[in-house]
Amino acid sequence: MKQVRTEEIVAKVAQAVEEACKILPNRVWEVFQKAQKEEPSPLGKKVFDILLENARLAQEENLPICQDTGIAVIFVELGEEVKVKGLYEAINQGVAKGYEKGLLRKSVADPITRQNTGTNTPAVIHLEIVPGDKLKITVFPKGCGSENMSALKMLPPSAGLLGVKEFVKEVVKNAGPNPCPPITVGVGLGGTFEKAAYLAKKALTRPLGEPHPEKKIAELEKELLAEINTLGIGPLGFGGKITALAVHVETFPTHIASLPVAVNIQCHAARIKKLEF
Amino acid sequence: MRAMEKKISFPLKDKRVLEELHAGDFIFISGTLLAARDQTHRKLLELLEKERPLPVSLSGQCIYYVGPTPAPPGKPIGSAGPTTSYRMDAYTPALLAQGVCATMGKGKRSQTVKEALLKHKAIYLATFGGAGAYLSRCIKEVRPLAFEELGPEALLELKVEDFPAVVINDLYGRDFYEESQEEWAKILAGERT
Repeated sequence: MKQVRTEEIVAKVAQAVEEACKILPNRVWEVFQKAQKEEPSPLGKKVFDILLENARLAQEENLPICQDTGIAVIFVELGEEVKVKGLYEAINQGVAKGYEKGLLRKSVADPITRQNTGTNTPAVIHLEIVPGDKLKITVFPKGCGSENMSALKMLPPSAGLLGVKEFVKEVVKNAGPNPCPPITVGVGLGGTFEKAAYLAKKALTRPLGEPHPEKKIAELEKELLAEINTLGIGPLGFGGKITALAVHVETFPTHIASLPVAVNIQCHAARIKKLEF
Repeated sequence: MRAMEKKISFPLKDKRVLEELHAGDFIFISGTLLAARDQTHRKLLELLEKERPLPVSLSGQCIYYVGPTPAPPGKPIGSAGPTTSYRMDAYTPALLAQGVCATMGKGKRSQTVKEALLKHKAIYLATFGGAGAYLSRCIKEVRPLAFEELGPEALLELKVEDFPAVVINDLYGRDFYEESQEEWAKILAGERT
């Protein structure tokens, strides 16, 4: 058995939340530069210029890219041959430490009293047990301007792929300027109510714009992106072509009576940091 | 009418300045803004309901929907971009009635807010969502006014210089989000056929 020390998890998670909030991933940077050229609207082009300048300043001045430094969503892949003690506690300690030290905004509150927990914990932790001797932790600070625009629908199978596409477009259209477009659209298709929501979130952890390895899913992603980018919402909703940077779809077999579809929206600040132990 | 670049300073002494602003105009704001978001609005409305004095006069003010990150040493404020405005819709008409003449955030407003804007001759502005580091450079001074116990939701006065924004809802009932989306949807539909 390979042992991973909890102190190491605390330290690396703390550093990862801070970096995720302050350093725009290279891939997102490149996607912005490409989109700036492709966007026909002058104000839309200006938005990309400002977002690139913002990312540069954030890194230079050690400031968060966005003041909504999110609720910490953490995906864990735990290898069967890894021994670790107090994993959830270590992750939460790391999150609390990173938000404090990095001067990130603490945005987690009790849903009934609205009292801020003061530490940005608890994190939302998703755990998968996988073969092997690696521990992988994906740190995904999720802003709620975009999270709030997400939706789930239990479609009848008769709605088919057309119904799925209509629903995804409806969610994006209703969201309009609210989730800080250009967005990434995470779609969870199939499974059950909660599985679809999980898949939609998981889809957003894929490198931005990387197509799904399965051809029929990659085609659906491409078609959805093209259709979304005719809605006219554009960068920050000021009108234009680039409403979405990418559509990521994940699927899972579902019940013969069911067609769950979940749409999870990510704002342009696609912040993410992946750790491996 | 083509969009124009204009300058404006808050709080406004003469609200007639707003007549010159049109949906789609790019503006630069100087003077002071009041920073307030969800819980701050709830608290202000509680004071109004109890007929207690407000911590600051709202006459001619522009409320900026923001919950900044903590200020690093040597800086007045951390990252300070706009939050989504519709969450303040329930509170906005009451504050417009108190003399607020502009609000600024990101995203659409409700029909009720749009009607209240027309009634009270106020405008709605959007600034650059997710550009918190960029916008923080336009904020020169920060003064806490009330509700400091709310942390990132405290009521603050922000002294700003050339803070950029786009006019969304003007005094003439126009909505830049709706107009521009419609215009671009038509252009893009033309490209496809």
